[in-house]
Amino acid sequence: MISRSQTVLFIVLVAASAVMGGLLWRQLDRAHQRLLQGEDSAPTEAPQVAPAEQATLMVANDADNSLLTQVQTLPLPQDPGARARVILGKLLDLYAAPDADHPVPGGTTSIAQVFLLPAPALPGAPSDAQPIDSKAPAAATTATGPLLAVVNFTGAFVASHPSGLETENLTVQSISGTLHANLPRVTQVRFLVDGQTRTTLAGHADLTGTYLATDAVPTEGAHP
Amino acid sequence: MLLLAAALAAAQTPSAPAPQFAPQPAPAPAAPRFVVVLDAAHGGDDPGGHLNGQPEKAFTLALSVRLRSLLGARGIQVLTTRESDSTLDVNRRAEIANHANAQACLSLHASTAGSGIHVFASSLAPTSPTRFPAWKTAQSAWVTRSLALAGIVNSTLQQAGLTVTLGRTTLPAVDSMTCPALAIEVAPDRSPGSDPADSFNDLAYQARIAEALTAALLEWKTEVRQP
Repeated sequence: MISRSQTVLFIVLVAASAVMGGLLWRQLDRAHQRLLQGEDSAPTEAPQVAPAEQATLMVANDADNSLLTQVQTLPLPQDPGARARVILGKLLDLYAAPDADHPVPGGTTSIAQVFLLPAPALPGAPSDAQPIDSKAPAAATTATGPLLAVVNFTGAFVASHPSGLETENLTVQSISGTLHANLPRVTQVRFLVDGQTRTTLAGHADLTGTYLATDAVPTEGAHP
Repeated sequence: MLLLAAALAAAQTPSAPAPQFAPQPAPAPAAPRFVVVLDAAHGGDDPGGHLNGQPEKAFTLALSVRLRSLLGARGIQVLTTRESDSTLDVNRRAEIANHANAQACLSLHASTAGSGIHVFASSLAPTSPTRFPAWKTAQSAWVTRSLALAGIVNSTLQQAGLTVTLGRTTLPAVDSMTCPALAIEVAPDRSPGSDPADSFNDLAYQARIAEALTAALLEWKTEVRQP
């Protein structure tokens, strides 16, 4: 003889199973609807790809402490700051290659940002200048004055950079020279690491001063 | 009383005339001191780079000691910025060099990058000497002399069969020195038949470098003393 309580429990379980089955069916139907909607939003136009352009790289060579000009063709964005970052990324990719003449690990991810600011008339830190590529994008195309490029390295790049006067100096010079070769308005270059000022690159090359991009020589008297 | 009178009489007796000395020629002016300052880079808390098993600070100190011995044996007065594994600020290094009023200052470095010896002079533009030069750019008045010293060091190192690369760089310790100053960076010997990985443990390689630098400083001493 089945007790009354067992009958009630059986009915409740059957009802719960029916409700759960209904919910599952409803979820399945919603998932199906989402798939159908996804098909509607599938891309029908190819994404915009920056046109390939020629970039001039000043490639360092540890063997003779020299910089050699090398022309590469690569897609370059129009924004000057993004353009500078892509070009420097390509330069550092060459240094990260196994057979590089100036071996430096890291590659294109070693540069977090490149900011372009109006170059100060006198050596020293800029005070109220605004980044062209973030605060005042129009200025990048309208202004004609010289620019100060602020290159922000990642901490990982600096930590893995080989230590030495020549190798650190070549990295700084090649970056400064490459920036000036592709963005002639860049006349001065400063370097940060993770957004902070750092004394040296890897124990030798001075990062506290402003470098002249034209000849990769620090601005006289620019050291704080 | 008689004794006292006799003593007074003796005291009043005119003394013998002072001996006449023949006039002597004025002494020749002493030759200016020739002092070399050796700055073993890094030290203490700052190990510098890693040179296949040893820190850069140990290698530069060993080279400094070896060079000091060779120069001292040839009668050159040497002042070193450090004689042990001690931390030394870059400003303190320049202070030591500037107080020494040296005729040559060498900042010694080492790196696994490149090959041979890298000789760097300051990248500051030459300026005329001033009475109160700015600390950060004090070397600018000496850059011309530093480049002349670099030429002699380059020539002597090459005569010793070493590969040399010349350059200009920004190095705060050197940029503040008021003497002909160079940064000398020792890199692995990559000439045929040599093992670059063992260069920093190769005593013969270090001896060649030290002897060549000694010869260069002796030549520089001769040039400094020429009118």
